[in-house]
Amino acid sequence: MNKTQFQQIFGLCILFLGAFFLLSSLQKGETIVVQDSTTGEVAKVEIDDNYFAGKVIEWVIPFKEGGGSDTWARFNAQFLSKYLPGNPTVIISNIPGGGSIKGSNLFADRVKPDGLMILGTSGSTQMPFLLDDPRVRYDYADYKPLWTYPTGGVVYVSSDLGIKDASEIAKIKDIPLIYASQGPTSLDLVPNISFDLLGLNVKTVFGFRGRGAGRLAFERGEVKIDYQTSSAYLKNVVPLVESGEAVPLWSWGVLDENGELVRDPSFPDLPHFGEVYEIMHGKKGEGIAYNSWFATMAAGFGGMKLVLVPKETPDEIVTIYQKAITEMKKDPDYISKKQKAIGLYEQVVREKAKIIFDLATNIDEAEKEWCKNFLREKYNLNI
Amino acid sequence: MIDLVFQALQTLFTPDNFMYLMLGVMLGLVIGVFPGLGGIAGLSLLLPFLYGMDEVSALATLIGLVAVIPTSATFTSVLMGIPGSSSSQATVLDGFALAKKGQASRALGAAFSASLFGGLFGAIILTFFVQIARPVILIFGSAELFMLAIFGLSMVGSLSGKSLVKGVVACAFGLLVGSIGSAPATGEFRMIFGINYLYDGLPLVVIALSIFAFPEISELFRKDTAIADGAPLGKGGWLQGVKDLIKNKWLALRCAGIGTIVGAIPGMGGSVVDWIAYGHVVQTSKDKSKFGKGDIRGVIAPESANNAKEGGALMPTLLFGIPGSGSMAVFLGGMVLIGIEAGPSMVTTDIDLTYTIIWSLAIANVLGAGLSLFLAGPISKLTRIKFSLLAPFMIMVISFAAFQATKDMIDLWMLLIFGVIGIFMKRFGWSRPAFLIGFVLATQAESYLNMSVQFYSWDMFLRPGVLIIMVISLITVYFSRRGTVDENAELMEKERDRKLSLGPQLFFAAFILLFIIIAIIDGHQQSFLGGVFPLTIAYITLPFAVWLVWIFLQNKQDNPAVFDAEQAAEEGTFKAHWYEPLLWVGGLYLLSVLIGFIPAIMVFFVSFFTLKAQTSWLKTALLTIAGVGLLSLFGYFLNLEFPQGWLF
Repeated sequence: MNKTQFQQIFGLCILFLGAFFLLSSLQKGETIVVQDSTTGEVAKVEIDDNYFAGKVIEWVIPFKEGGGSDTWARFNAQFLSKYLPGNPTVIISNIPGGGSIKGSNLFADRVKPDGLMILGTSGSTQMPFLLDDPRVRYDYADYKPLWTYPTGGVVYVSSDLGIKDASEIAKIKDIPLIYASQGPTSLDLVPNISFDLLGLNVKTVFGFRGRGAGRLAFERGEVKIDYQTSSAYLKNVVPLVESGEAVPLWSWGVLDENGELVRDPSFPDLPHFGEVYEIMHGKKGEGIAYNSWFATMAAGFGGMKLVLVPKETPDEIVTIYQKAITEMKKDPDYISKKQKAIGLYEQVVREKAKIIFDLATNIDEAEKEWCKNFLREKYNLNI
Repeated sequence: MIDLVFQALQTLFTPDNFMYLMLGVMLGLVIGVFPGLGGIAGLSLLLPFLYGMDEVSALATLIGLVAVIPTSATFTSVLMGIPGSSSSQATVLDGFALAKKGQASRALGAAFSASLFGGLFGAIILTFFVQIARPVILIFGSAELFMLAIFGLSMVGSLSGKSLVKGVVACAFGLLVGSIGSAPATGEFRMIFGINYLYDGLPLVVIALSIFAFPEISELFRKDTAIADGAPLGKGGWLQGVKDLIKNKWLALRCAGIGTIVGAIPGMGGSVVDWIAYGHVVQTSKDKSKFGKGDIRGVIAPESANNAKEGGALMPTLLFGIPGSGSMAVFLGGMVLIGIEAGPSMVTTDIDLTYTIIWSLAIANVLGAGLSLFLAGPISKLTRIKFSLLAPFMIMVISFAAFQATKDMIDLWMLLIFGVIGIFMKRFGWSRPAFLIGFVLATQAESYLNMSVQFYSWDMFLRPGVLIIMVISLITVYFSRRGTVDENAELMEKERDRKLSLGPQLFFAAFILLFIIIAIIDGHQQSFLGGVFPLTIAYITLPFAVWLVWIFLQNKQDNPAVFDAEQAAEEGTFKAHWYEPLLWVGGLYLLSVLIGFIPAIMVFFVSFFTLKAQTSWLKTALLTIAGVGLLSLFGYFLNLEFPQGWLF
């Protein structure tokens, strides 16, 4: 490098970097820092209906594009943008990896309590947290819910097994069945525990990519028992039921205001799991095993999707969101398209959201131990 | 049926709908040119527009976008040797070789007309088979899918170069690298060395860029000539390419067929279709001597297959709601948003929508290929630019593309690490396609084997479908040994009478051996199901790797495994040390960690142009503004992130 070259590099670098930092500091001036990260003090920022105007909300979805969580988020995002005052742009930021652990960790590292970055979790985000997976760096105790969304699921079997409904469940007790699963600590923990509770002879094969792959294995006749979440069940399994290939047995049920398990309003004719347990064992579900199932079900389905912000986020921001969600639910366009796009359930806000959030993100120590033990004995898995 | 087919065409040709289709196509072309960006980036851009559109317009836009991405991805594959999308990796081999010969426009002409042909073929097949495809797709169970993975691996025979042993070891190395991360059968983590990044395994984009693009960029950097050093073809070079396609129409037809079938099988994934087509053309050609050195058939085969794949992939997407490829997953999500449910109803009550989709696919392919052909001539002039002016742009593009994989700074470090491995593989004649095929198929082979053994036990090998694919694979292996792609044959001739120092080769072979041993040690710490796959691969390969090390230790100059492009090259070919490009790229990444990617790129551009290209103040400034401006523009419109630095 000679002197002229050095001058050229030095001069141009100063010029460009100067311009860059000037521009980016101008941009930063516009975004409002709600909280000082070092002192934790909440700065005095006026949060009114103009707060979101011209802003970009990044909605982190720790799953890949085109999946259930992604579709749910993208469907809601359009309406959210419409009903949030100031019509901010809502971007879905898909950060898949580690069965949603990666994106949620990243969110935990990056989020600021300004309501401009929100996280949409799913049952498979809750599970590893509840089971103390060492990879998890997020803590639900640091968050509060903007709103929650439950979902349901239906377990169905092949009509080859010769039963017509759940009342005949005892007939298939000894038939060896295979269940196509994504992984032992995924949302499949709920079906895996329930098969065990019923004493069904089900072997689990892991490594399937998503429930869709499991359904395809069912259609190919490789597996005889499967479950799908409500919307996937309605779209793709109901035709199989109508053509006589599949027989629905039970739904997971939903949680009512008191946190009790009741029939899923989407499938009023199907018994929920608790009823099937009673048919099989002649008594209501109780004891540590059943309670552990209940805890995982609440985390996986009752509060399947949680939309979260840090708990330091000003309440005004949370209120703006909840108001927008409430209005969005009244939009005729939303109502008419919702069922096809994401299913029959309602987005839950305010007090009820808080109750579901608590149910979905907390587990008794004894139940946690029971689940870990279940994974250890059944799948030789140490966590 | 015919009525419905034409009715759908009529709806599509209303001015509104056609305009939206065009919009999708334009977007797809622009986004597809940038490696690393695909349908996903496009969808996020389209989303605000989709809302409120009627079904037909929205579908037309979506399909327009998805259909042409593999078309425009060809630009970087051919012109710069950068695989533009996961399904145009094989195009690089001969496409880039042709560009280096100065025949870029011919390669592009052939590629785009092959894309057009393949795309139309896929659409036609879709039209006639969509209603009866359901049972056919269901034939492919996990056992058949495992056998298809094996079939894919059998292509290695045709692509391993002079030394089959080295090809097999390269493929096994790919399989082992591909098995890093969580074991499909148990979820245990293998060979992650405590790095969180590796939990999900290495991303294909990063590996493909480092193995193919990185060594090429490094070599051009050191030669410092323009990419093209042959005589230019003159005007209308692309017409020559179109003629090449017409001459090889049966080949294009066969490869389009392969593409459609592979695309239609859910679970195969699009990233292997180009290799299967490429392997096919090599095996069925009489004169194989030009492959890897610029044979136009090596461009036509993968390009007709990868556009046909989209038509095939639409079948499982529409019929089962299960995406047949990455871009189909995005398409499916888009459909849901406009309120269309994929599922059995797509061939009954919603059949009109299905035909709209098919027509959109066909027309999008025509528009996309037409526009690209139009641009092929002017854009291929890029290959005549002095490389030191082009290099910073290419380094920027591959870094940006790699970062899109998981949006983690480690993406870039992995690009550098595997880039070094790629450089040595190229230099010592280890088959890079073999490595990549192994990498791509590792997870598939393992998880489908695990599933099918549990479903069918070992009876799986008695299933008719499995037997048929097995026989096809055996035939492939037989044919493959009658001739193989060898990009280094000419250099090998030259090095005959020279005594090579085998130290560097020994070093690299020992590195591979070490990796195999690490895989064995790691495999033994896993449970049986978690470790059996990598252990089997590693134990089978171990003796071959040891043998290679022994060859180099014994200084056996005559063995076909011995090859060193560096020492065989004529004096004065390389104007810089082999590590100089690495220092530049490594420096860029270090600076990014410190001050963020965009500022680092500015410093990099300014320093590079001043020192290497010795441009004037003004030119340096303008080129830097162009590069950074392009990057920021994409970043702004697509809401993309760039690595942030510690300081700012």
